Amino acid sequence: MASEINNKEVVLEVKNLVMHFSSKKRGRTHRVKAVDDVSFNIYRGETFGLVGESGCGKTTTGRTLIRLYNPTGGEIYFEGKPLHGKMTNELRKYITSNIAMIFQDPIASLNPRMTVQEIIGEGLKIRGVKDPEERRKIVVDMLKKVGLMEEHATRYPHEFSGGQRQRIGIARALVTNPKMIIADEPVSALDVSVQAQVINLLNDLQEEYGLTILFIAHNLSVVKYFSDRIGIMYFGKLVELADCDELFKYPLHPYTKSLLSAIPQPDPNHERRRKRISYNSKIHKYDEGENKPHYFEVRPNHFVYCSDAEYPAYQAEVAEIEASLKGEQA
Amino acid sequence: MEPILQVKDLVVSFRAYAGKVQAVRGVSFDLFKGETLAIVGESGSGKSVTTKAVLGILPKNGMIENGEIWYQGEDMAKYEEKDFYKIRGKKISLVFQDPLSALNPIMKIGKQIMEALILSLKMPKAEAKKKALDLMKAVGIPEAEVRFEQYPFQFSGGMRQRIVIAIALASDPEILVCDEPTTALDVTIQAQILDLINEMKAKANVSVIFITHDMGVVANMADRICVMYAGKIVETGTVDEIFYEPAHPYTWALLSSMPDLDTKEKLFAIPGAPPNMIAPPKGDAFAARNKYALAIDFEEDPPYFQLSDTHFAATWLLHPDAPKVEMPEILKNRIKRMKEEEAKYGK
Repeated sequence: MASEINNKEVVLEVKNLVMHFSSKKRGRTHRVKAVDDVSFNIYRGETFGLVGESGCGKTTTGRTLIRLYNPTGGEIYFEGKPLHGKMTNELRKYITSNIAMIFQDPIASLNPRMTVQEIIGEGLKIRGVKDPEERRKIVVDMLKKVGLMEEHATRYPHEFSGGQRQRIGIARALVTNPKMIIADEPVSALDVSVQAQVINLLNDLQEEYGLTILFIAHNLSVVKYFSDRIGIMYFGKLVELADCDELFKYPLHPYTKSLLSAIPQPDPNHERRRKRISYNSKIHKYDEGENKPHYFEVRPNHFVYCSDAEYPAYQAEVAEIEASLKGEQA
Repeated sequence: MEPILQVKDLVVSFRAYAGKVQAVRGVSFDLFKGETLAIVGESGSGKSVTTKAVLGILPKNGMIENGEIWYQGEDMAKYEEKDFYKIRGKKISLVFQDPLSALNPIMKIGKQIMEALILSLKMPKAEAKKKALDLMKAVGIPEAEVRFEQYPFQFSGGMRQRIVIAIALASDPEILVCDEPTTALDVTIQAQILDLINEMKAKANVSVIFITHDMGVVANMADRICVMYAGKIVETGTVDEIFYEPAHPYTWALLSSMPDLDTKEKLFAIPGAPPNMIAPPKGDAFAARNKYALAIDFEEDPPYFQLSDTHFAATWLLHPDAPKVEMPEILKNRIKRMKEEEAKYGK
């Protein structure tokens, strides 16, 4: 698995991304470090899951990548081309033609005054498909791909159920043939039975189009099912990053351990055995000066965000894991 | 054992512009002392409406058309609004999904807890304050004295839900109804709140009716489970029976539509959408979305077939003449995995 990834081509490279929001409160400037020093790579054709609690900055990360926000610092490269820096029309065109977004709320993200055909076709129009008849054809094809029907094209969003609306959102994202999709909690607003439909659809479409997906969600079971690699975010920082199976088998960062121990499993016996690990962020010896944390590759393709002082402890843990693995093999 | 709450053949409808919405269509269940009964189903299955009917808090256009709700030897289905005053918030308390809208935004937290004590238990003020502080500590609020003087917006979601639970438990109720209490919370906070409810339940020996759509949460909380679909209970059994020996195709679908941490197979998606309850379909309401449906499912509603003392399922597949069908592969594999784990670690 590890060597396989090393051979893969990096599509999106994020380096030390920083996104701070400031607000003024009683004359004092208040800074929220929504994304703070986040780095990761996304390889072609993979699904990268970004997980964390609400308010940890996972959505902000996704939105900053396509420049819905102007990053405070850091670098973003898509296929080697920088996406950071001054926003020009040219850059906007480049971003929107390569990266598309699927939003969480299928009601709020569709314009209620536009028909489905207009919603999905808008991107094509901007991309220069001027002939309405041709546009219609592409839209109808897309509708069929996402499991809707031709007659849906002339209807308005309010005439659809939540699951169908999310399908429209997916069709809109895919119609311009993007190379990458950012899916921000695409199923969490849907009913359980409908979630599975949408997850299966995304899976099929990814295979068909060879898409690269950044999957942002808080439901760990869904992320585990859907992703190849996972990054765990906590308070604006990406604290751990690893292959999916590796991360769930050998979580190293204390926050990851705590998060994984909290997932309720549909297995009563497992639930009776479950021991919850609590996490206290004060145990870290980070500071802005000498002990500044950064990423350490503790195992192949398994990164932990920690300071130099903390690294030996992780190393010891990894040594233990590897010893037990050897024991199993022998 | 005598049940403390008995619901028999409850039918609840809503008058709507387009017609009568048949939200609950003949629901019966018993609640025993000290147990947690989970009611599971997707939105619109009637799980919340059932408990709202029990508490007498149906909206104005809702009505109990039929059925009995027996509690303390009285039929609450026949209660007037004023009869509920001695039950609601005293004997049966409620914890809602959204803790922010359950609390008064312009009243201090301490006062809101005291209000419950003063109004329902007629406690003197000084004593109520002491009890309120004790309750806040019991539900795990640090620095209770400082927090007592704060407003809801100064609390995080998890802390707010703790306050709501404190208020619900203030009057030592016999039954606690939890309507999706952790849906709005993060997974780590959710685990804390579930632990808290379990702890309080053991301490005060209350019975809990727990409403949710999350099967993982159910596995953690429930002693017994009712699975609801389109206003009916389609399967009921102990937590082990529902998870390890599910018998109804809807329960199969519900269990296999969400991945667990070991799922690799393609998910089993339920096709289509829930039926329109203004005109529920003839026969089994799930038949149209059910690939195992038999011809009779479209004609006649299935009765309950008994699988054990506690396990019942309403599906024609259990009829002796029905063809034998297997549950979906993904679920069969999961149950096999769970059994292996059980053999490895014990119960």
